[in-house]
Amino acid sequence: MPGTYIPSEYLPVAIIFLFAALIGLGALVAGLLVRPRRPYVQKLYPYESGNPPVGEPRYKFSVKFYIIAMLFVVFDVEAVFLYPWAVAYDKLGIFGFVEMMLFIFILLIGYIYVWKKGAFNWE
Amino acid sequence: MTAPQLFFAYFAVMITVLSLLMITRRNPVHGVLWMLVLFVHIAGLYIFLNAEFLAAIQIIVYAGAILVLFLFVIMLLNLKKEETVKKFQKHWLVGVGTGIIFAVFSVSIVRKIEVFPQLGKYTIEAVKAEGNIMTVGKVLYTKYLLPFEIASVILLVAIIGAVVLAKKRIE
Amino acid sequence: MEMETTISLLDIRPLVPELTMICVGLIVILLDLIVRKKEVVAIVGIAGTLVALYGTYKLYGFYEPQSAFSGMFVLDGYSNFFKLIFYLNIILTICISFKYMAIEKASFGEYYALLMFATTGMMIMASAADLIVLYLGLELMALSTYILAGITRKRQRSNEAALKYFFLGAFSSAFLLYGISLTYGLTGTTNLREIASALQTLDLNGSPIMYLGLIFMIVAFGFKIALAPFHMWAPDVYEGAPTSITAFMSVGPKAAGFAVLGRVLFGAFAGMQVQWASILIPMAVLTMAVGSIIALAQTNIKRMLAYSSIAHAGYMLLGVITGTTGGLMSTVNYLAIYLFMNIGAFAIVIMLRREGFQGENIEDYMGLSKSHPLASALMLIFMFSLAGIPPTAGFIGKFYVFMEVIKAGYVYLAIIAVAFSAISAFFYLRVVMYIYMKDPKEEVVLTRSPSMSIALAVTAMMVLILGIFPSFLLNLVRYSILG
Repeated sequence: MPGTYIPSEYLPVAIIFLFAALIGLGALVAGLLVRPRRPYVQKLYPYESGNPPVGEPRYKFSVKFYIIAMLFVVFDVEAVFLYPWAVAYDKLGIFGFVEMMLFIFILLIGYIYVWKKGAFNWE
Repeated sequence: MTAPQLFFAYFAVMITVLSLLMITRRNPVHGVLWMLVLFVHIAGLYIFLNAEFLAAIQIIVYAGAILVLFLFVIMLLNLKKEETVKKFQKHWLVGVGTGIIFAVFSVSIVRKIEVFPQLGKYTIEAVKAEGNIMTVGKVLYTKYLLPFEIASVILLVAIIGAVVLAKKRIE
Repeated sequence: MEMETTISLLDIRPLVPELTMICVGLIVILLDLIVRKKEVVAIVGIAGTLVALYGTYKLYGFYEPQSAFSGMFVLDGYSNFFKLIFYLNIILTICISFKYMAIEKASFGEYYALLMFATTGMMIMASAADLIVLYLGLELMALSTYILAGITRKRQRSNEAALKYFFLGAFSSAFLLYGISLTYGLTGTTNLREIASALQTLDLNGSPIMYLGLIFMIVAFGFKIALAPFHMWAPDVYEGAPTSITAFMSVGPKAAGFAVLGRVLFGAFAGMQVQWASILIPMAVLTMAVGSIIALAQTNIKRMLAYSSIAHAGYMLLGVITGTTGGLMSTVNYLAIYLFMNIGAFAIVIMLRREGFQGENIEDYMGLSKSHPLASALMLIFMFSLAGIPPTAGFIGKFYVFMEVIKAGYVYLAIIAVAFSAISAFFYLRVVMYIYMKDPKEEVVLTRSPSMSIALAVTAMMVLILGIFPSFLLNLVRYSILG
C-alpha cells in the first residue's frame, strides 16, 4: 500500500541533523548563560579598533554576478542529468552514450555561444 | 497516528510554517534564508516519498544554485525602500480569502479520493532492490528519452535568454 | 529488472521536421557569432523552415497516425496541419521583422534562433501524445517567447511586457503541472490514450477530482490562448513587445494552445464533454464580451488588436465546445485564416514604425489613403476580414464555426457570438474610417522592404482567395483530420 513507507535507513542522517542543530543552539545558549554582558560603544562596533564603518553594508551589485549565477544554475541542472546516466551506464550501452553526447552537444553550442559573446569576461 | 503519518505531518506543517516565515520577513535576505530551510524540508518530504534522487537534486540545485541566484537578484535590486514600506498590499484579504476557499475546496475533494490505480511495476520494493538512481537512469534514458532531449533545448534557450537580456553587447 | 521499451532509429522519422528546426536553430546561433550581416542569419532561418516544411509535406502521406518514442509523440494529420500554421507563422514573422528590428536597434541573430526554438516547442505541443512531452513543448515555446518579448531591452515597455508574460506564464505552468499530477494520481499514466482508457475502466468520467484536474489544465491552456478571465496579460504584453513578436505570438502560441486543448479534450477527456463544455461555455462568452467591448475604448492599435485577438479566441473556442469533429475542424480552419489576416494587419502596423516615430496610435492612420492608397487598401482588407465581412476569409472562418455550433445544438451560443461579432465590427471599421474619411494630420512615411512586400502580398492574397474559394482550405482541414 502507498503511504506506509518509512525511510528507516535515513535515521542516521536525521540524527546527525538533530545533533548539528543541538550543538549550534547549545553553544549559543551556553554562551548566553555564561558570558558577562557589559556593552559600550566601541565594543559594539562591527570591527573594534578599526575604521568606523561608513555607509550601508549592502550596495548594488553588478548585473555580471547575475549572469554568472544564471549560467551556473543552467549548467548545474545539466550536470544533474549526468548522475543517473553514469549510474545506469552499463545497462544503457552505446545507445545511452549517443543520447548523452547529443544532450551535451546541444549545450556545448550554448557554451560556445556564451564564451564568444564574452559573458565569461569580467571586463 | 502511525509513524509515516507523523513523519508526513511534521514535514507538511514545517513546510507551511516556513513558507509563511519566508514571505513575511521584512529583510529579503532573511526570507531567502528561511527558504533554504524550506528547501531542506521539501527534500525530506521527497525522501519520505521514496524519491531519493529527487531529494538530492532538491539540495544540489535548489538549495545550492537557485538560492545563490535569489541572493544575487536581491543584491542586484538593492531593496532598501521596499524594506520600509508596508509588507502587504491592500488586497491581502482578497488573497487570504481566495486561499481559504481554495484550501477548503481542495481538501473536500481530495478526501473523496478512494481509487488507487493498480500499482505499476516500480513498487518501493522493486526500486529498493535495484537502487533509486539506477531505476531513474534506466527509465529516463529509455522511455523518457524524448523529454530528456527536449530538456536540453530548453536549457539552451535559458542560456541564450540570460545572455540576450542581461549581457552588455560588445560591438 | 527488465529494461524499458527499447527505442530504435525508426522512431526518429516522425520527428524529422522538429529535428530540422532544432538543427537550424543551432546553426543560426553559431552563424550569428561569425556573420555580421543579420539578413544572412534570417535567410538561413527561412530556408531551414522550408526544409522542415518539406519534411512535413513528405510525412503528410500517412493516413494511419504514427507514434514514436513509446507513444509519447504522435504524427497525424491534425498535428501536421498545425505544423503548417507554425511554419507560415515563423516565415511571415521573419519577413515582416527584417527592417523593423533594425529600426528598433535589436537586430540580433539570437532573435531568429529563438523564433526557431519557439516554433519547435509549438510543433512538439501539436504532436504531444503524453502530458510530459506536452508540458516540455509548452515550456520551450513559452521560454523563447518571454525572451523575444523583452528582446528590445532598451525600451522599458518591452521589459515590462517580458516580465509580465513571464510571471503569469510561470503561474499558468504551475496550474498545468497541478492538473497533470492530479490526472496522473488518478489514472496512473500521463499518456493521453491510456488516460482515456483508464477513465473508462476505473469509471472516473465525471469524478470531482478528475474534474478539478481538468479545470487546472484548462486554466493553463486558457492563459496561453488568452481566454477571459485569464487574458489580463495579453493587452500589456502585446503592446510592450516588439510588434513583429506581437504578430508572432498572437498566432503561434494561440494556435499551439488550441492544438493541445483539442488534443487533450478530444483525446483523453472525450467522455467528459459535458463537464468541460460547462467550463468552456461561460469562458467563451466572457472572452468574446471582454475582447469586443474593451477594444472599443482603445486608442493604441496594438492594444486594440490584442483585444481583437482575445475576441477571436472566443470564437475559435466555440468550435471546441461542440465536442464534435466538425467543430474541431471549424476551429482549425479559423486558426489558419486568422494567421493570414492577423499577421497582415500587424505588418501594416509595422510599416508605420520608422526612426523616431512609433505609429502605434489609431489616430496616426488618419488620411492614410491620400498618401498611400495601396497600404490603405490592404489594411481595409485585413480589417474587413477581422470583422468577418464577406467576401473576405474572416467571414468564412466565422461562418463555419457558427454553423457547427448550431449543428451541435448550441443555438444560443451562435446568437451571442453573432451579436459580439457585430459589436466588434465597430472598432475595425473605425480604423478604416480614419484611413479613408479623415484628413491627414501629418504626412506619414511608410517603411518599406522587399520581404515586407512579399509578406503583405501573401497574406492579402490568401485572405481574398480563401474568402472567395474557401473549399481548398476546408478540404485540406478535412483531409488532415479525417484522413
